[in-house]
Amino acid sequence: MFRRTLRAFGSQPQGVIGLGLLLVWLILALSATQLVPYDPLEQGLPPARAGDSPVRQAPSSLYWFGTDELGRDVLSRVLAGAHISLALGFISVSIGLVAGSTLGLVAGFYGGWVDGIVMRAMDALLAFPGILLALVVIAALGTSIQNVMIAVGIAIVPQYARLVRSLCLTIRELAYVEAAHVVGSGPVRLIFRHFLPNIVPPLIVLSTLQIGQAIIYGSALSFLGMGAQPPTPEWGLIAAKGRDFFRKAWWISTFPSLAILSVVLSFNLLGDGLRSLLDPRMRMVRAADQRNS
Amino acid sequence: MTTYLASRLLQMVPSLFLLTVVLFALMRLGGDPVMHLAHPEASPEEIAEIRAAYGFDRPLPEQYLKQLRMMLRGDFGESFRFRSPALPLVLEKLPATMELAAVSMLVALLIAIPAGLLSAIFQNSPLDLGVTTTSTLGRAMPNFWIGIMLILLFAVHLGWLPVSGRLETTSIILPALTLGTSVATSLARILRSSMLEVIRQEYMTTAKAKGLHQWAVVLGHGLRNALIPFITVFGLQMAWLLGGSVIVEEVFAWPGMGRLLLNSVKVRDLSVVMAGVCMFALVVMGTNLLVDFLYTALDPRIRYSSS
Repeated sequence: MFRRTLRAFGSQPQGVIGLGLLLVWLILALSATQLVPYDPLEQGLPPARAGDSPVRQAPSSLYWFGTDELGRDVLSRVLAGAHISLALGFISVSIGLVAGSTLGLVAGFYGGWVDGIVMRAMDALLAFPGILLALVVIAALGTSIQNVMIAVGIAIVPQYARLVRSLCLTIRELAYVEAAHVVGSGPVRLIFRHFLPNIVPPLIVLSTLQIGQAIIYGSALSFLGMGAQPPTPEWGLIAAKGRDFFRKAWWISTFPSLAILSVVLSFNLLGDGLRSLLDPRMRMVRAADQRNS
Repeated sequence: MTTYLASRLLQMVPSLFLLTVVLFALMRLGGDPVMHLAHPEASPEEIAEIRAAYGFDRPLPEQYLKQLRMMLRGDFGESFRFRSPALPLVLEKLPATMELAAVSMLVALLIAIPAGLLSAIFQNSPLDLGVTTTSTLGRAMPNFWIGIMLILLFAVHLGWLPVSGRLETTSIILPALTLGTSVATSLARILRSSMLEVIRQEYMTTAKAKGLHQWAVVLGHGLRNALIPFITVFGLQMAWLLGGSVIVEEVFAWPGMGRLLLNSVKVRDLSVVMAGVCMFALVVMGTNLLVDFLYTALDPRIRYSSS
């Protein structure tokens, strides 16, 4: 079964490319301290050519991604920023996943007025752009990278709540779930034995796609000055600082932006691949193909 | 239709009410509001005086109800930064944001409809590959970087368009392109997939069998039906677009609501934040209402009266 799933996943180039790209970034993030050529916070690095200014040096064999407005190595800062962005994505999505799934589960399982209140609250939040909701949370909690994680997490809660609730409504009507209810299974047993196993696959897909979105939100908030504060090597913040020098030093903003692009792309491709793998309609098509072959 | 309009407007009330509860709770989470109003060197007596004057010494539900009553009258309090009522400040910036949102949506539609349509018609062709690849990359690209690149190319290198601001008619082009292209990537994907489903329907084969020209079949029968899921996403994208406008307004120094909200968040001017947030929510809800009406125009099977 596992081997078949693996083979099915391997037959989709987008999922494989996404996973490969993500693994590269995870390795880079985990070994950034060993890989960085220079201290990411060290200012005024020696110029590549004698007599040049140490600040805003163009990419060269010494500084592959050039140096920034304070003479820091951009490559080292981008590598050091990888774990911040990835942590931001994973932590924010974990917050949204736990809070949103719990709310959706409660609403979908119990129904009635509980469902009404929870879902109206979620509708109210959904009527509101995620980044603005995150801004409001930051207005309340203050600017810091930790608060960005909380803010982005809260901003994606409604999406999880809606998904889990709609799945619960379908699962509740299944014959074997009704049978389990009739024979006296309690709510805890019903949730853990029958609801959760059916909810997990779509949640994996949504979470993979949401991590990419959370990284974009987080970097945008840092770009706007609401998240990481200097001298933290956060990608959005590096891009924001480089914006003022973009005309003469394009590399300061470009490389962290490309890093955001590639990480988000890896999650999106992986998410799309997993969606086609776990989507029941796609599974039926594959099963029919196997029968025919 | 009037009954439907009334019921949809009524449905907005609980959502708006819950939004105000959430906002109130979040604002109170951020600490004592008196500290934003009092002078940094204010004595405990002065702080207590301000607390009593603004009613912050009352129980939280009572404070909320008072604030709700004020908001219903359009009174969101006074901005401590501008020393003037918050709502007029936000309303003053509303036209700039709406102008940007409208032009961006137009840009998005002008890009997404032909791209999605041609990509579906010529499925698996180099054109299709180009559209899907661009849309995949576009989805992962941060808005601010698209903006910076457009400024560099069209304003700095070519000198065709202004770098920022809202002084000239052409000032809107770059911010609208930035916002519009990011929305177009999602819209093109949706239109492509819904068009691919429609193309396989029997009525399309019938239309072709009647001898209609390929483009008449595609535009007259296909596009109209494929537009229904497209319109749904279009409504959702409006919320996304307004969110994105905060970033784009900052990059292009566009004097809209997003920029005002952002600067108010920075200095924790909570009255303006509340007013701005409620205004954004109203705009999004209004757009969703508009989208619901578009359904009836596109799909006569949808009968709102029965629902």
